[in-house]
Amino acid sequence: MNITVLAKFVPNPTGTPQLGADNLLMRDAGDGALDPGDEYGLELALQLVESQGGEVTVVTMGPDAALAGVRRALAMGAHKGVLITDPSLRGADALVTARVLAAAIARHPYDLVIAGAESTDGYTGTVPVTIAELLDIASVTAARKLELDGDGYRVERQTASGYDVLRSPSPTLVTVTAGATEPRYPSLKGIMAAKAKPVESLSAADLGVVDLTSMQSVASVLDAPAKAGGEIVTGDEAVGRIADLLQEAKVI
Amino acid sequence: MGSIWVYAGVTAEGPDPSALELLTKARSIGGDVAAVALGPGATAAADQLGAHGAATVYASDDTVFVDQPGRPAAHTLHALVQQHTPSLILFAGTYDARDVAGRLQAMTGSTLMANATDVLDATHGRTEIFGGTKIVDVELSGPEPRLVLVRPHSFAPEPAGGSSTVVPVVPVVGDGATTATVVERHSEVASGPKLEEASVVIAGGRGLGGPEPFAMLDELAAALGNAAVGASRAAVDAGWVPYSYQIGQTGKTVKPEVYISAGVSGALQHVVGMKGAKRIVAINKDADAPILKIADLGVVGDLFQIVPALTEEVRKRANS
Repeated sequence: MNITVLAKFVPNPTGTPQLGADNLLMRDAGDGALDPGDEYGLELALQLVESQGGEVTVVTMGPDAALAGVRRALAMGAHKGVLITDPSLRGADALVTARVLAAAIARHPYDLVIAGAESTDGYTGTVPVTIAELLDIASVTAARKLELDGDGYRVERQTASGYDVLRSPSPTLVTVTAGATEPRYPSLKGIMAAKAKPVESLSAADLGVVDLTSMQSVASVLDAPAKAGGEIVTGDEAVGRIADLLQEAKVI
Repeated sequence: MGSIWVYAGVTAEGPDPSALELLTKARSIGGDVAAVALGPGATAAADQLGAHGAATVYASDDTVFVDQPGRPAAHTLHALVQQHTPSLILFAGTYDARDVAGRLQAMTGSTLMANATDVLDATHGRTEIFGGTKIVDVELSGPEPRLVLVRPHSFAPEPAGGSSTVVPVVPVVGDGATTATVVERHSEVASGPKLEEASVVIAGGRGLGGPEPFAMLDELAAALGNAAVGASRAAVDAGWVPYSYQIGQTGKTVKPEVYISAGVSGALQHVVGMKGAKRIVAINKDADAPILKIADLGVVGDLFQIVPALTEEVRKRANS
Protein backbone atom coordinates (compact mmCIF):
# COMPACT_ATOMS: atom_id res chain seq x y z
CA MET A 1 0.00 0.00 0.00
CA ASN A 2 1.11 3.55 -0.66
CA ILE A 3 0.76 6.07 2.13
CA THR A 4 1.34 9.79 1.89
CA VAL A 5 2.16 11.51 5.16
CA LEU A 6 1.77 15.27 5.40
CA ALA A 7 4.40 16.80 7.64
CA LYS A 8 5.00 20.38 8.65
CA PHE A 9 8.24 22.08 9.56
CA VAL A 10 7.53 24.35 12.52
CA PRO A 11 9.53 26.82 14.59
CA ASN A 12 11.12 25.14 17.59
CA PRO A 13 8.08 24.20 19.72
CA THR A 14 9.90 25.00 22.94
CA GLY A 15 11.36 28.29 21.69
CA THR A 16 9.86 31.77 21.70
CA PRO A 17 7.93 32.43 18.49
CA GLN A 18 8.64 35.71 16.67
CA LEU A 19 6.73 37.81 14.20
CA GLY A 20 8.64 39.40 11.34
CA ALA A 21 8.25 43.00 10.20
CA ASP A 22 5.49 41.81 7.84
CA ASN A 23 3.57 40.33 10.80
CA LEU A 24 4.14 36.80 9.51
CA LEU A 25 5.56 34.13 11.76
CA MET A 26 9.30 33.78 11.21
CA ARG A 27 9.63 30.26 9.83
CA ASP A 28 13.24 30.19 8.71
CA ALA A 29 14.87 31.06 12.01
CA GLY A 30 17.35 28.20 12.11
CA ASP A 31 16.04 26.08 14.97
CA GLY A 32 12.89 24.68 13.37
CA ALA A 33 11.85 21.05 13.60
CA LEU A 34 9.53 18.48 12.13
CA ASP A 35 6.23 19.12 13.93
CA PRO A 36 6.23 16.63 16.84
CA GLY A 37 2.51 16.14 16.18
CA ASP A 38 3.31 14.73 12.74
CA GLU A 39 5.61 12.00 14.03
CA TYR A 40 2.65 9.98 15.34
CA GLY A 41 1.07 9.74 11.89
CA LEU A 42 4.40 8.92 10.33
CA GLU A 43 4.93 6.12 12.85
CA LEU A 44 1.48 4.66 12.06
CA ALA A 45 2.28 4.80 8.35
CA LEU A 46 5.62 3.07 8.85
CA GLN A 47 3.99 0.30 10.90
CA LEU A 48 1.34 -0.26 8.21
CA VAL A 49 3.83 -0.62 5.36
CA GLU A 50 6.09 -2.78 7.49
CA SER A 51 3.25 -5.27 7.87
CA GLN A 52 1.59 -4.79 4.47
CA GLY A 53 4.43 -3.76 2.17
CA GLY A 54 4.42 -0.56 0.16
CA GLU A 55 5.93 2.89 0.47
CA VAL A 56 5.60 5.95 2.65
CA THR A 57 6.00 9.32 0.96
CA VAL A 58 6.38 12.37 3.17
CA VAL A 59 5.17 15.69 1.76
CA THR A 60 6.16 19.04 3.26
CA MET A 61 5.50 22.62 2.22
CA GLY A 62 7.85 25.16 3.74
CA PRO A 63 11.05 27.16 3.42
CA ASP A 64 14.35 25.59 2.27
CA ALA A 65 15.16 24.87 5.92
CA ALA A 66 12.21 22.45 5.97
CA LEU A 67 14.42 19.94 4.16
CA ALA A 68 15.74 19.08 7.63
CA GLY A 69 12.24 17.92 8.59
CA VAL A 70 11.91 15.80 5.46
CA ARG A 71 15.31 14.25 6.20
CA ARG A 72 14.22 13.40 9.71
CA ALA A 73 11.10 11.64 8.36
CA LEU A 74 13.29 9.73 5.90
CA ALA A 75 15.66 8.81 8.74
CA MET A 76 12.70 7.42 10.69
CA GLY A 77 11.94 5.19 7.71
CA ALA A 78 9.88 7.04 5.09
CA HIS A 79 10.86 5.99 1.56
CA LYS A 80 10.55 9.22 -0.41
CA GLY A 81 10.30 12.92 0.30
CA VAL A 82 8.60 15.79 -1.49
CA LEU A 83 9.46 19.36 -0.49
CA ILE A 84 7.32 22.11 -1.93
CA THR A 85 9.27 25.27 -1.45
CA ASP A 86 8.49 28.51 -3.18
CA PRO A 87 9.04 32.11 -1.99
CA SER A 88 5.59 33.00 -3.31
CA LEU A 89 4.05 30.55 -0.81
CA ARG A 90 5.33 32.52 2.17
CA GLY A 91 2.29 33.54 4.19
CA ALA A 92 0.03 31.14 2.25
CA ASP A 93 -3.36 30.78 3.92
CA ALA A 94 -5.12 27.52 4.71
CA LEU A 95 -6.84 27.25 1.32
CA VAL A 96 -3.69 27.87 -0.73
CA THR A 97 -1.83 25.38 1.46
CA ALA A 98 -4.56 22.77 0.97
CA ARG A 99 -4.58 23.27 -2.81
CA VAL A 100 -0.81 22.90 -3.04
CA LEU A 101 -0.72 19.78 -0.86
CA ALA A 102 -3.73 18.20 -2.62
CA ALA A 103 -2.03 18.71 -5.98
CA ALA A 104 1.17 17.12 -4.64
CA ILE A 105 -0.74 14.10 -3.26
CA ALA A 106 -2.68 13.59 -6.50
CA ARG A 107 0.48 13.19 -8.60
CA HIS A 108 0.90 9.56 -7.55
CA PRO A 109 -1.52 6.75 -6.62
CA TYR A 110 -2.22 6.46 -2.88
CA ASP A 111 -4.30 4.31 -0.55
CA LEU A 112 -4.09 6.46 2.54
CA VAL A 113 -3.17 10.03 3.50
CA ILE A 114 -2.16 10.69 7.11
CA ALA A 115 -1.73 14.09 8.77
CA GLY A 116 -1.53 15.47 12.28
CA ALA A 117 -4.83 16.63 13.83
CA GLU A 118 -3.46 20.17 13.96
CA SER A 119 -0.07 21.82 13.75
CA THR A 120 1.87 22.79 16.83
CA ASP A 121 2.43 26.35 15.60
CA GLY A 122 -0.87 27.39 14.02
CA TYR A 123 -3.49 25.01 15.50
CA THR A 124 -5.78 25.66 12.51
CA GLY A 125 -6.70 22.02 12.10
CA THR A 126 -8.72 22.39 8.89
CA VAL A 127 -6.14 21.94 6.12
CA PRO A 128 -6.38 18.11 6.02
CA VAL A 129 -10.17 17.98 5.59
CA THR A 130 -10.02 20.70 2.95
CA ILE A 131 -7.51 18.49 1.13
CA ALA A 132 -9.86 15.49 1.47
CA GLU A 133 -12.67 17.50 -0.11
CA LEU A 134 -10.42 18.73 -2.93
CA LEU A 135 -9.39 15.11 -3.59
CA ASP A 136 -13.02 13.97 -3.14
CA ILE A 137 -12.10 11.23 -0.66
CA ALA A 138 -13.37 10.15 2.75
CA SER A 139 -11.77 11.48 5.92
CA VAL A 140 -11.68 10.75 9.63
CA THR A 141 -10.23 13.35 11.97
CA ALA A 142 -8.87 13.15 15.52
CA ALA A 143 -8.02 9.47 15.25
CA ARG A 144 -6.42 7.74 18.21
CA LYS A 145 -6.18 4.36 16.45
CA LEU A 146 -6.00 3.29 12.80
CA GLU A 147 -6.06 -0.26 11.45
CA LEU A 148 -6.64 -2.01 8.14
CA ASP A 149 -10.10 -3.56 7.94
CA GLY A 150 -10.67 -5.63 4.80
CA ASP A 151 -10.47 -3.26 1.85
CA GLY A 152 -10.85 -0.19 4.04
CA TYR A 153 -9.92 1.11 7.48
CA ARG A 154 -11.17 0.93 11.05
CA VAL A 155 -10.54 4.19 12.87
CA GLU A 156 -11.15 5.20 16.48
CA ARG A 157 -12.04 8.89 16.65
CA GLN A 158 -11.91 10.93 19.84
CA THR A 159 -15.17 12.58 20.87
CA ALA A 160 -16.05 14.88 23.75
CA SER A 161 -17.46 11.97 25.78
CA GLY A 162 -15.25 9.09 24.65
CA TYR A 163 -14.62 7.71 21.18
CA ASP A 164 -16.42 6.50 18.06
CA VAL A 165 -15.34 3.69 15.78
CA LEU A 166 -15.63 4.50 12.09
CA ARG A 167 -15.33 2.34 9.02
CA SER A 168 -13.78 4.21 6.12
CA PRO A 169 -13.23 3.13 2.50
CA SER A 170 -9.91 3.34 0.66
CA PRO A 171 -8.50 5.81 -0.14
CA THR A 172 -9.12 7.85 2.96
CA LEU A 173 -7.48 10.73 4.77
CA VAL A 174 -6.94 10.34 8.51
CA THR A 175 -5.71 12.93 10.98
CA VAL A 176 -4.18 11.48 14.12
CA THR A 177 -3.82 12.95 17.58
CA ALA A 178 -0.62 12.72 19.51
CA GLY A 179 -0.56 9.60 21.61
CA ALA A 180 -1.98 7.40 18.82
CA THR A 181 1.32 5.57 18.99
CA GLU A 182 4.90 6.02 20.18
CA PRO A 183 7.13 7.44 17.42
CA ARG A 184 10.47 5.74 16.94
CA TYR A 185 13.77 7.59 17.08
CA PRO A 186 15.80 7.62 13.90
CA SER A 187 18.60 5.06 14.14
CA LEU A 188 22.12 5.84 13.02
CA LYS A 189 21.56 3.43 10.15
CA GLY A 190 18.34 5.26 9.31
CA ILE A 191 20.10 8.62 9.32
CA MET A 192 22.79 7.31 6.97
CA ALA A 193 20.22 5.67 4.67
CA ALA A 194 18.16 8.88 4.55
CA LYS A 195 20.96 10.67 2.74
CA ALA A 196 20.53 8.38 -0.26
CA LYS A 197 16.72 8.58 -0.37
CA PRO A 198 15.10 10.70 -3.08
CA VAL A 199 13.69 14.13 -2.22
CA GLU A 200 11.79 15.88 -4.95
CA SER A 201 11.73 19.66 -4.83
CA LEU A 202 8.69 21.36 -6.35
CA SER A 203 7.35 24.89 -6.79
CA ALA A 204 3.69 25.94 -6.76
CA ALA A 205 3.87 26.30 -10.54
CA ASP A 206 5.18 22.72 -10.88
CA LEU A 207 1.95 21.66 -9.20
CA GLY A 208 -0.22 23.83 -11.41
CA VAL A 209 -1.43 25.96 -8.50
CA VAL A 210 -1.48 29.51 -9.84
CA ASP A 211 -3.82 31.47 -7.58
CA LEU A 212 -1.73 32.07 -4.47
CA THR A 213 -3.72 35.04 -3.19
CA SER A 214 -4.08 34.95 0.56
CA MET A 215 -7.55 36.07 1.64
CA GLN A 216 -6.45 36.99 5.15
CA SER A 217 -4.27 39.90 6.11
CA VAL A 218 -3.18 41.16 9.48
CA ALA A 219 -4.90 44.47 10.19
CA SER A 220 -3.17 45.06 13.53
CA VAL A 221 -1.10 43.37 16.20
CA LEU A 222 -1.36 44.67 19.75
CA ASP A 223 0.16 43.53 23.00
CA ALA A 224 -2.53 42.08 25.24
CA PRO A 225 -2.97 43.99 28.49
CA ALA A 226 -0.27 42.63 30.77
CA LYS A 227 -1.59 40.59 33.64
CA ALA A 228 -0.46 41.82 37.00
CA GLY A 229 2.27 39.56 38.32
CA GLY A 230 1.01 37.03 40.81
CA GLU A 231 2.50 35.98 44.07
CA ILE A 232 5.08 33.19 44.14
CA VAL A 233 5.43 31.14 47.29
CA THR A 234 7.62 28.22 48.26
CA GLY A 235 7.95 25.87 51.17
CA ASP A 236 5.78 25.56 54.24
CA GLU A 237 3.46 28.51 53.68
CA ALA A 238 2.25 27.17 50.29
CA VAL A 239 -0.55 24.95 51.54
CA GLY A 240 -1.98 27.60 53.84
CA ARG A 241 -1.88 30.25 51.10
CA ILE A 242 -3.73 28.01 48.62
CA ALA A 243 -6.36 27.20 51.24
CA ASP A 244 -6.74 30.94 52.01
CA LEU A 245 -7.31 31.62 48.33
CA LEU A 246 -9.89 28.84 48.13
CA GLN A 247 -11.72 30.40 51.08
CA GLU A 248 -11.58 33.88 49.55
CA ALA A 249 -13.15 32.35 46.45
CA LYS A 250 -15.84 30.79 48.71
CA VAL A 251 -15.27 27.32 47.35
CA ILE A 252 -14.45 25.81 50.76
CA MET B 1 -24.28 42.80 3.15
CA GLY B 2 -25.84 39.34 3.13
CA SER B 3 -26.95 37.55 6.23
CA ILE B 4 -24.80 36.10 8.99
CA TRP B 5 -25.20 32.39 9.66
CA VAL B 6 -24.29 30.27 12.63
CA TYR B 7 -23.56 26.61 12.07
CA ALA B 8 -25.28 25.40 15.23
CA GLY B 9 -24.22 22.18 16.92
CA VAL B 10 -27.25 20.28 18.20
CA THR B 11 -27.97 17.01 19.97
CA ALA B 12 -31.14 15.37 21.20
CA GLU B 13 -30.48 17.20 24.52
CA GLY B 14 -30.68 20.61 22.84
CA PRO B 15 -28.46 23.15 21.11
CA ASP B 16 -24.79 23.26 22.09
CA PRO B 17 -24.01 26.25 24.33
CA SER B 18 -21.57 27.37 21.62
CA ALA B 19 -24.47 27.84 19.17
CA LEU B 20 -26.19 30.26 21.55
CA GLU B 21 -22.90 32.12 22.13
CA LEU B 22 -22.35 32.53 18.40
CA LEU B 23 -25.93 33.66 17.76
CA THR B 24 -25.61 36.29 20.48
CA LYS B 25 -22.47 37.57 18.72
CA ALA B 26 -24.04 37.39 15.25
CA ARG B 27 -26.99 39.47 16.48
CA SER B 28 -24.64 42.17 17.75
CA ILE B 29 -22.94 42.46 14.34
CA GLY B 30 -26.28 43.29 12.74
CA GLY B 31 -28.19 42.25 9.65
CA ASP B 32 -30.20 39.08 9.16
CA VAL B 33 -29.16 36.16 11.34
CA ALA B 34 -29.91 32.53 10.58
CA ALA B 35 -28.84 29.22 12.04
CA VAL B 36 -28.15 25.94 10.27
CA ALA B 37 -28.79 22.93 12.50
CA LEU B 38 -28.15 19.45 11.12
CA GLY B 39 -28.74 16.20 12.97
CA PRO B 40 -31.15 14.73 15.53
CA GLY B 41 -32.54 17.48 17.76
CA ALA B 42 -32.27 20.20 15.09
CA THR B 43 -35.97 21.05 14.78
CA ALA B 44 -36.50 20.90 18.54
CA ALA B 45 -33.58 23.32 19.04
CA ALA B 46 -35.19 25.97 16.82
CA ASP B 47 -37.04 27.69 19.70
CA GLN B 48 -33.84 28.28 21.66
CA LEU B 49 -31.88 29.22 18.55
CA GLY B 50 -34.65 31.70 17.71
CA ALA B 51 -34.65 33.14 21.22
CA HIS B 52 -30.92 33.84 20.83
CA GLY B 53 -31.27 35.64 17.53
CA ALA B 54 -31.84 33.25 14.62
CA ALA B 55 -34.79 34.55 12.59
CA THR B 56 -34.51 31.50 10.35
CA VAL B 57 -33.39 28.00 11.30
CA TYR B 58 -32.48 25.69 8.43
CA ALA B 59 -33.00 22.31 10.04
CA SER B 60 -32.76 18.62 9.34
CA ASP B 61 -33.12 15.90 11.99
CA ASP B 62 -31.55 13.27 9.72
CA THR B 63 -29.24 10.80 11.47
CA VAL B 64 -26.84 10.81 8.51
CA PHE B 65 -25.23 13.89 10.04
CA VAL B 66 -24.11 12.00 13.13
CA ASP B 67 -23.50 8.66 11.41
CA GLN B 68 -21.25 10.21 8.76
CA PRO B 69 -19.45 13.14 10.41
CA GLY B 70 -18.25 15.99 8.21
CA ARG B 71 -18.99 15.37 4.58
CA PRO B 72 -22.83 15.28 4.35
CA ALA B 73 -23.08 18.34 6.61
CA ALA B 74 -20.55 20.25 4.49
CA HIS B 75 -22.32 19.36 1.24
CA THR B 76 -25.76 20.18 2.64
CA LEU B 77 -24.46 23.49 3.99
CA HIS B 78 -22.89 24.23 0.60
CA ALA B 79 -26.25 23.70 -1.14
CA LEU B 80 -27.84 26.16 1.30
CA VAL B 81 -25.03 28.67 0.75
CA GLN B 82 -25.51 28.56 -3.00
CA GLN B 83 -29.22 29.16 -2.58
CA HIS B 84 -29.14 31.92 0.06
CA THR B 85 -25.66 33.52 -0.30
CA PRO B 86 -24.80 34.48 3.29
CA SER B 87 -21.83 36.84 3.87
CA LEU B 88 -20.38 35.20 6.95
CA ILE B 89 -20.72 31.82 8.67
CA LEU B 90 -19.63 31.32 12.28
CA PHE B 91 -18.65 27.88 13.53
CA ALA B 92 -17.64 26.66 16.99
CA GLY B 93 -14.02 25.51 17.14
CA THR B 94 -14.84 21.83 17.74
CA TYR B 95 -13.50 18.80 15.85
CA ASP B 96 -16.91 18.27 14.23
CA ALA B 97 -17.44 21.86 13.12
CA ARG B 98 -13.84 22.11 11.88
CA ASP B 99 -14.48 19.17 9.56
CA VAL B 100 -17.58 20.84 8.14
CA ALA B 101 -15.91 24.24 7.72
CA GLY B 102 -12.74 22.74 6.20
CA ARG B 103 -14.67 20.76 3.61
CA LEU B 104 -17.00 23.68 2.88
CA GLN B 105 -14.00 25.89 2.19
CA ALA B 106 -12.84 23.57 -0.60
CA MET B 107 -16.22 24.08 -2.31
CA THR B 108 -16.75 27.81 -1.73
CA GLY B 109 -13.11 28.84 -2.30
CA SER B 110 -13.60 31.40 0.44
CA THR B 111 -11.39 32.25 3.37
CA LEU B 112 -11.48 30.39 6.67
CA MET B 113 -10.20 31.87 9.89
CA ALA B 114 -9.57 29.48 12.77
CA ASN B 115 -9.20 30.09 16.52
CA ALA B 116 -11.03 33.42 16.52
CA THR B 117 -11.70 34.91 19.94
CA ASP B 118 -13.95 37.66 18.59
CA VAL B 119 -15.71 38.71 15.42
CA LEU B 120 -15.56 42.48 14.97
CA ASP B 121 -17.70 42.77 11.85
CA ALA B 122 -18.44 40.81 8.69
CA THR B 123 -14.87 41.23 7.44
CA HIS B 124 -12.75 41.28 10.60
CA GLY B 125 -11.94 38.55 13.10
CA ARG B 126 -9.75 38.76 16.16
CA THR B 127 -7.46 36.10 17.55
CA GLU B 128 -4.85 35.79 20.25
CA ILE B 129 -1.44 34.31 19.62
CA PHE B 130 1.61 33.36 21.64
CA GLY B 131 -0.43 32.29 24.65
CA GLY B 132 -2.68 35.33 24.60
CA THR B 133 0.16 37.85 24.82
CA LYS B 134 -0.66 39.38 21.43
CA ILE B 135 -4.03 40.32 19.98
CA VAL B 136 -4.22 40.10 16.22
CA ASP B 137 -7.03 41.56 14.11
CA VAL B 138 -7.35 39.86 10.75
CA GLU B 139 -9.07 41.24 7.68
CA LEU B 140 -10.99 38.66 5.68
CA SER B 141 -11.35 39.15 1.94
CA GLY B 142 -12.19 37.13 -1.16
CA PRO B 143 -15.49 35.53 -2.08
CA GLU B 144 -18.36 35.21 0.41
CA PRO B 145 -19.24 33.57 2.66
CA ARG B 146 -16.23 34.09 4.88
CA LEU B 147 -15.89 31.25 7.38
CA VAL B 148 -14.80 31.80 10.97
CA LEU B 149 -14.17 29.15 13.60
CA VAL B 150 -14.60 30.71 17.06
CA ARG B 151 -13.18 29.34 20.29
CA PRO B 152 -15.89 28.10 22.65
CA HIS B 153 -16.81 30.41 25.55
CA SER B 154 -15.64 33.51 23.72
CA PHE B 155 -19.01 35.18 24.31
CA ALA B 156 -21.74 34.95 26.94
CA PRO B 157 -25.05 33.72 25.51
CA GLU B 158 -27.94 36.16 25.99
CA PRO B 159 -31.47 35.44 24.84
CA ALA B 160 -33.21 38.26 22.96
CA GLY B 161 -36.65 36.73 23.09
CA GLY B 162 -37.21 36.34 19.35
CA SER B 163 -38.68 33.40 17.54
CA SER B 164 -37.59 31.59 14.40
CA THR B 165 -39.07 30.21 11.23
CA VAL B 166 -37.98 26.63 10.62
CA VAL B 167 -37.03 25.82 7.05
CA PRO B 168 -36.71 22.05 6.52
CA VAL B 169 -33.53 20.98 4.74
CA VAL B 170 -32.99 17.95 2.50
CA PRO B 171 -29.64 16.27 3.25
CA VAL B 172 -27.09 16.08 0.47
CA VAL B 173 -25.46 12.68 0.88
CA GLY B 174 -22.64 11.24 -1.22
CA ASP B 175 -22.00 7.59 -1.99
CA GLY B 176 -20.22 5.19 0.37
CA ALA B 177 -16.96 5.46 -1.58
CA THR B 178 -16.27 8.91 -0.21
CA THR B 179 -17.66 8.74 3.30
CA ALA B 180 -16.60 7.25 6.62
CA THR B 181 -19.41 5.81 8.75
CA VAL B 182 -19.70 5.46 12.52
CA VAL B 183 -20.15 1.79 13.46
CA GLU B 184 -19.73 1.98 17.26
CA ARG B 185 -19.93 4.66 19.94
CA HIS B 186 -18.20 4.54 23.33
CA SER B 187 -18.88 6.94 26.18
CA GLU B 188 -16.54 7.28 29.12
CA VAL B 189 -18.87 8.64 31.74
CA ALA B 190 -17.14 10.68 34.43
CA SER B 191 -18.58 11.01 37.91
CA GLY B 192 -18.98 14.32 39.71
CA PRO B 193 -19.52 17.75 38.17
CA LYS B 194 -18.55 18.44 34.57
CA LEU B 195 -15.26 20.22 33.91
CA GLU B 196 -17.04 23.16 32.30
CA GLU B 197 -19.42 23.58 35.22
CA ALA B 198 -17.30 22.93 38.30
CA SER B 199 -16.37 25.87 40.59
CA VAL B 200 -12.89 24.45 40.98
CA VAL B 201 -10.89 22.73 38.25
CA ILE B 202 -7.78 20.75 39.18
CA ALA B 203 -5.56 19.96 36.21
CA GLY B 204 -2.75 17.43 36.11
CA GLY B 205 0.14 17.58 33.67
CA ARG B 206 3.30 15.82 32.65
CA GLY B 207 4.76 16.45 36.11
CA LEU B 208 2.45 13.80 37.58
CA GLY B 209 4.61 11.21 35.86
CA GLY B 210 1.92 8.59 35.34
CA PRO B 211 -1.79 7.76 35.68
CA GLU B 212 -1.75 6.84 39.39
CA PRO B 213 -1.15 10.34 40.85
CA PHE B 214 -4.45 11.48 39.31
CA ALA B 215 -6.09 9.68 42.26
CA MET B 216 -4.46 12.36 44.44
CA LEU B 217 -6.20 15.06 42.40
CA ASP B 218 -9.49 13.15 42.64
CA GLU B 219 -9.17 13.20 46.43
CA LEU B 220 -8.61 16.95 46.49
CA ALA B 221 -11.64 17.37 44.21
CA ALA B 222 -13.75 15.20 46.51
CA ALA B 223 -12.65 17.25 49.53
CA LEU B 224 -13.67 20.47 47.80
CA GLY B 225 -17.03 19.22 46.58
CA ASN B 226 -17.97 21.11 43.43
CA ALA B 227 -14.65 20.37 41.73
CA ALA B 228 -13.58 18.44 38.65
CA VAL B 229 -10.27 16.99 37.49
CA GLY B 230 -8.83 17.79 34.08
CA ALA B 231 -5.50 17.41 32.34
CA SER B 232 -3.05 19.01 29.94
CA ARG B 233 -2.57 17.59 26.47
CA ALA B 234 0.75 16.09 27.54
CA ALA B 235 -0.99 13.92 30.15
CA VAL B 236 -3.74 12.90 27.73
CA ASP B 237 -1.26 12.14 24.95
CA ALA B 238 0.67 9.95 27.35
CA GLY B 239 -2.50 7.91 27.82
CA TRP B 240 -2.79 8.62 31.57
CA VAL B 241 -6.36 9.96 31.35
CA PRO B 242 -8.96 10.00 28.54
CA TYR B 243 -9.31 12.83 26.04
CA SER B 244 -12.49 13.95 27.82
CA TYR B 245 -10.15 15.34 30.53
CA GLN B 246 -8.24 17.58 28.15
CA ILE B 247 -8.26 21.33 28.78
CA GLY B 248 -6.92 23.61 26.07
CA GLN B 249 -7.00 24.48 22.45
CA THR B 250 -8.23 21.09 21.28
CA GLY B 251 -9.92 20.19 24.52
CA LYS B 252 -12.33 21.96 26.81
CA THR B 253 -12.39 25.61 27.77
CA VAL B 254 -12.96 26.13 31.49
CA LYS B 255 -13.73 29.30 33.46
CA PRO B 256 -13.99 28.17 37.08
CA GLU B 257 -13.78 30.29 40.24
CA VAL B 258 -10.44 28.64 40.95
CA TYR B 259 -8.18 26.68 38.66
CA ILE B 260 -5.38 24.67 40.27
CA SER B 261 -2.68 23.04 38.17
CA ALA B 262 -0.27 20.38 39.33
CA GLY B 263 2.74 19.62 37.19
CA VAL B 264 1.43 21.54 34.18
CA SER B 265 4.13 23.53 32.36
CA GLY B 266 1.72 25.99 30.75
CA ALA B 267 2.10 25.33 27.02
CA LEU B 268 0.11 27.75 24.88
CA GLN B 269 -2.12 24.82 23.92
CA HIS B 270 -3.26 24.50 27.53
CA VAL B 271 -3.30 28.15 28.55
CA VAL B 272 -5.98 29.17 26.04
CA GLY B 273 -8.32 26.69 27.70
CA MET B 274 -7.97 27.96 31.27
CA LYS B 275 -6.80 31.56 31.31
CA GLY B 276 -10.40 32.72 31.81
CA ALA B 277 -10.42 31.25 35.32
CA LYS B 278 -11.13 33.85 38.04
CA ARG B 279 -8.17 32.73 40.14
CA ILE B 280 -5.25 30.63 38.94
CA VAL B 281 -3.10 28.56 41.27
CA ALA B 282 -0.13 26.73 39.77
CA ILE B 283 2.02 24.15 41.52
CA ASN B 284 5.25 23.32 39.73
CA LYS B 285 8.70 22.28 40.83
CA ASP B 286 10.27 24.32 38.03
CA ALA B 287 10.45 28.02 38.96
CA ASP B 288 10.72 28.87 35.24
CA ALA B 289 7.53 27.07 34.18
CA PRO B 290 5.51 29.48 31.98
CA ILE B 291 2.32 28.78 33.90
CA LEU B 292 3.77 30.52 36.99
CA LYS B 293 3.78 33.77 35.01
CA ILE B 294 0.01 33.76 34.61
CA ALA B 295 -0.78 32.38 38.05
CA ASP B 296 -2.32 34.58 40.75
CA LEU B 297 -0.66 32.26 43.20
CA GLY B 298 2.35 30.30 42.02
CA VAL B 299 3.76 27.58 44.21
CA VAL B 300 7.26 26.34 43.50
CA GLY B 301 7.53 22.97 45.16
CA ASP B 302 6.85 19.25 45.15
CA LEU B 303 3.27 18.55 44.14
CA PHE B 304 3.46 15.08 45.69
CA GLN B 305 3.78 16.73 49.11
CA ILE B 306 1.68 19.83 48.54
CA VAL B 307 -1.43 18.25 47.02
CA PRO B 308 -2.09 15.68 49.81
CA ALA B 309 -1.32 18.33 52.46
CA LEU B 310 -3.74 20.71 50.73
CA THR B 311 -6.43 18.01 50.69
CA GLU B 312 -5.99 17.62 54.45
CA GLU B 313 -6.12 21.38 55.00
CA VAL B 314 -9.28 21.72 52.87
CA ARG B 315 -10.99 18.94 54.87
CA LYS B 316 -9.98 20.64 58.11
CA ARG B 317 -11.27 24.08 57.08
CA ALA B 318 -14.47 22.64 55.58
CA ASN B 319 -15.28 20.99 58.90
CA SER B 320 -14.49 23.95 61.12
